[in-house]
Amino acid sequence: MPSGHQPILELNDITKTFGGVEALRGVDFALSPGEIHGLVGENGAGKSTLMKIIAGVHADFSGRLKLDGRETRFRSVRDAHAAGIAMVHQELSVAPDLSVAENVFLGNQPTNRLGFVQWRRMAREAGEQLKRFGIDVDPMSRLGDLPIGLQQLIEIARVLFSGARIIILDEPTSALSPPEVERLFATLKRLREEGTSIVFISHFIEDILRVSDVVTVFRNGRKVAEAKAAETSKSALIEAMIGKGREALEETYTHDIMLPSPAEKPVVLNASGLSLARSLRDVSFDVRAGEVLGIYGFMGCGQLELARILFGKLRPDQGTLAVAGNQKTFRSTADARRAGIAFVPESRRDMLFHQEPVYKNISISVLDRISSLLLKPSREREIATRQVDQLRIRPAAVELDLGMLSGGNQQKVALAKWLSYPPRLLVLCEPTRGMDVGAKNDVIHIVRDLGAKGLAIIVLSTEPETVLSLADRVLVLKRGAVVREFSNERISKDRLLEAA
Amino acid sequence: MTSGESVTVHASDRKRPHRLAAILRSQMRNIAPFLTLICLFAFFSAASPSFATLDNLGNILTQISVTGIIAVGLTFVILCAEIDLSIAAIANVTGIAVAYFTLQESYVNIANVPMPGWAAILLALALCALLGLVNAFGLTVIGIPSFIMTLAMMQIAAGISALLVRGQIAYKVPPLVSTLGSTSIGGIPWIVIVAALMLLGGHLVLTYTRFGRYVYMVGGNREAAEYSGLNVKLILGSVMVISAVCAGIGGMLGVAHFGSAQQNEFDTYLLDSIAAVVVGGTSLFGGRGGIGNTIVGLFVLGVLNNGLDHVNIDSFLKILIRGLILLAALIINVYAQRLRERTAE
Ligand SMILES: Nc1ncnc2c1ncn2[C@@H]1O[C@H](COP(=O)(O)OP(=O)(O)OP(=O)(O)O)[C@@H](O)[C@H]1O
Ligand SMILES: [Mg+2]
Repeated sequence: MPSGHQPILELNDITKTFGGVEALRGVDFALSPGEIHGLVGENGAGKSTLMKIIAGVHADFSGRLKLDGRETRFRSVRDAHAAGIAMVHQELSVAPDLSVAENVFLGNQPTNRLGFVQWRRMAREAGEQLKRFGIDVDPMSRLGDLPIGLQQLIEIARVLFSGARIIILDEPTSALSPPEVERLFATLKRLREEGTSIVFISHFIEDILRVSDVVTVFRNGRKVAEAKAAETSKSALIEAMIGKGREALEETYTHDIMLPSPAEKPVVLNASGLSLARSLRDVSFDVRAGEVLGIYGFMGCGQLELARILFGKLRPDQGTLAVAGNQKTFRSTADARRAGIAFVPESRRDMLFHQEPVYKNISISVLDRISSLLLKPSREREIATRQVDQLRIRPAAVELDLGMLSGGNQQKVALAKWLSYPPRLLVLCEPTRGMDVGAKNDVIHIVRDLGAKGLAIIVLSTEPETVLSLADRVLVLKRGAVVREFSNERISKDRLLEAA
Repeated sequence: MTSGESVTVHASDRKRPHRLAAILRSQMRNIAPFLTLICLFAFFSAASPSFATLDNLGNILTQISVTGIIAVGLTFVILCAEIDLSIAAIANVTGIAVAYFTLQESYVNIANVPMPGWAAILLALALCALLGLVNAFGLTVIGIPSFIMTLAMMQIAAGISALLVRGQIAYKVPPLVSTLGSTSIGGIPWIVIVAALMLLGGHLVLTYTRFGRYVYMVGGNREAAEYSGLNVKLILGSVMVISAVCAGIGGMLGVAHFGSAQQNEFDTYLLDSIAAVVVGGTSLFGGRGGIGNTIVGLFVLGVLNNGLDHVNIDSFLKILIRGLILLAALIINVYAQRLRERTAE
C-alpha cells in the first residue's frame, strides 16, 4: 500500500459465487488516488470478476465496498458510472452497428434543447478526442467495419476521456501493437499525474511492471500477493501466480534467436499475388508441411484480411491460392475447411457460441468426422474432455455454458475445437491472446508439436513475442504488402519491430 | 499449470437455492409458456362445463393440427433467426395445386388437369419445394433478408393460387389426401396423427441429428458457425425448403379437412403458426427453443381459441383478447432472452 493516502476505493472480504462456483473468496483490495494498480493472475483467477464488481456489473456479492471512505454498493453500471468509475471490458463491448462518434459518446450524446442529437457537433468532438489519442479515423464510419484493434483503441479512448476518476482496464492491450501500447501508457501516466486512479489487468508482466505503481497477484479466487512494482520482479510475480519453477516461462526475446533453415518438405499452401481493395497488395508466400510461418505486422497492416482470405471468408480481388499444388477458389468457409484448412480468428465474440456448453463449442468443427446422420453426444463429450485436459481449460466441466468461462479459457476453447482432427493447414490469428503465461507456454508447445507432426501452420499476430516464440520463418507485413522475410537468420524483437 | 483448479466447485451443499434460482431463470423460456397453458386450461375449465371434456379435447387437437404441421418447418426457420412469411400462401397454393391435378365434378368450372392421385400429390409437393427453393435462393445467394424475400413469395404463391382457381372453388383431392385430411382411425382423426408424427419427426431431427445441431448453432451465432467451417448458406437454404414443404403438406391436408380448395383459405394460418412457435418460447433471435416449445405454443393457442368459444363473451372482444395474450407471450419471450443473457454474462 503506498503510504499516507487514504484509499479512494477499498474492498473488504469480497466473495462472489456463480451458481455453485466460487470465483472470489475473501478478497481485500485497495486503490489509492493517482495510482496505477496492476493486476495479474492465471486465467480464471478472478480478476475480471473483481473489476466487474467495482464497475457495478455484478451487484450480487458479499463483502464491503467503500468509496472515499464511505460504504456504498453499486446496483448497476450506471450507479458506478455516476460515482466516477469507468471500465474497459476484456471483451469488446462496443456497438458495431453504430458510428465511431456514437460509440465515443455512447449513452450521452450531445443533444439540442428539443432532444435531437447534434450530429455535427458529436462527430467533431469525437474526432478531436480520438486525434488527441493518436487515432485518425472518420468519426462517421461504422465501427464494426474497422479492424478489431482500432475498435479496442476507440473503446479505450472513450473510457479514458470520459472524465472518470477511477478507470479500470481489463487487458486493454491484447489487440494493440507496440506503438499503440506506448501511446496508451503515456496517456495513463498523464492521467495519473492528474490524480486519476487506474487499475490495469494484463498478462504481459513486463508491461505491468513498467507502468504500474503497485501490483496485486490473484490465484484461485484469492489475493495472494501485493507489492510495489519497484520492489518486485517478474519471476517473483510469476511464482506467486502459478507456483515455483516456472519463472523462466516467459521469454523476453531481447536477444537474438536463430531461425532454422527451411526444410525440403512439400508446399501445403501457396498464395500468389493476393490483393484486396486497400488492405492487401500483391502478397505471395508458401507454407510447407511441418513449418510454422509467422506473419507479423502492426495493427491494420492487412493480416486480418489475409487470414480471412485463406479461410474463404473474404474473396481476394486478385491472386490465387493453391492447396497442395491444386488451384483453389474458396466460395465459403466450408470450402476452405474441406480443403483441410482450420482457422482461429482473433475475436472470441465472433468464433464461439456463448450460450452453448463447452463440449458443443469444441465438437462443432469435427461433427462431420464423428457422425454422419445421428449425433453421438458421448463421443463429443469424450473428445471435448480430452481437449479440456490437454489445454487445461478451467473449470474442467464440458457441460458449462461457454459464456461462464474466463476470457483466457474461452480462447483455449477456440483453439481446442480444431485439435481433435488436425487439419492440413492451421491459420491462427493471435492464438495466445488473453492467455496467462502458463497457458501461453502450453499453447506454444502444442502448436510446435502439431508442426512436428507435419501440419503447416500460419500464425498471424501483432505481438512480437507470439511470432518469435512460434515461428520458423517470419514475414513482415506493412500497409498490406510483405516488406521483409526472416528466414534462416538471426531475429529479435528489435529487428522485427524495425522491419515493421 | 500444476495448480490448475481456478475455482472450487462445491458439491450441491449449501449453494442449492442459488443454483435452483439460476436454473429457473435460464429455463424461463420453457417454464413460462407451460404455466400460461396451465392457467388458461384451469380458467376455461372453471368458466365452462363443456370445456374440459374428452370430446372437446379431441376438438382442440383437430383444430391445431394444420397449424401444427405448418409450424414444424417454421420452427426450423425461426431457430435459425430467420422468418418465413410465405407459409400460409404456400400452404394455400399447394392445397389448390393438388386439387387442380385431380378430376373435379363437372359443375366445378376450373380448367384443371386431372392426373392419378399419386402424380397429383407429387406435383403439389414439387411445387411447394420449388417455392421453398426460390426462397432459399433469394435469401442465401442473392442476399435478400428473409423477411422481404418471403413477403414477395407470399404474393407470388397467392398469384399462382389465383391463376389456378380463378375465383372458383374445387372440392376433390386425391383419395390419400382426403383420407388423411378428413377421416379417422379408431376414433382418432388421421390429421392429428400426421401432425403428431411430423412434430415428432421435427423434434428427432432437431435433437438427434447433425443437421439439427447445425440449425441451433447457426441460429446461436452465425458468425461463429461460419468460422467453424459450417456451410451456413446450405443450412439456411435447407430450412427454407423444409418450411415450404411442411407448409405444403399442411395445405394439402387442410384442403381435405375443410372440404374445399379456394383462394385465401389459409390466411389466418400465418399468424397462428408464428404465434405458436414464438408463444411456445422459441427465441426470435435464434438458437433457443425447439419443437417441444412449439407443441406447448400450439396448445396455448388451441386452448385459447377453443376456450373463448365456450365462454360467453362478445365475439368481437375475443379478437382483442387473443391479441393481448399473444403480446404478453412475446414480452415473455424477449424478457427470457435478456434474463438468460444476464446469467451468462
Ligand atoms: N457469468 C459467469 N458465470 C459462471 N461462472 C463465471 C462467470 N463469470 C466468471 N465465472 C467464473 O469465475 C472464475 C473467474 O473468472 P474471471 O473472468 O474473473 O477470470 P480472470 O481472472 O479474468 O481470467 P482471464 O485472465 O482468463 O480473463 C472463472 O472460473 C470463471 O469460470
Ligand atoms: Mg478476465
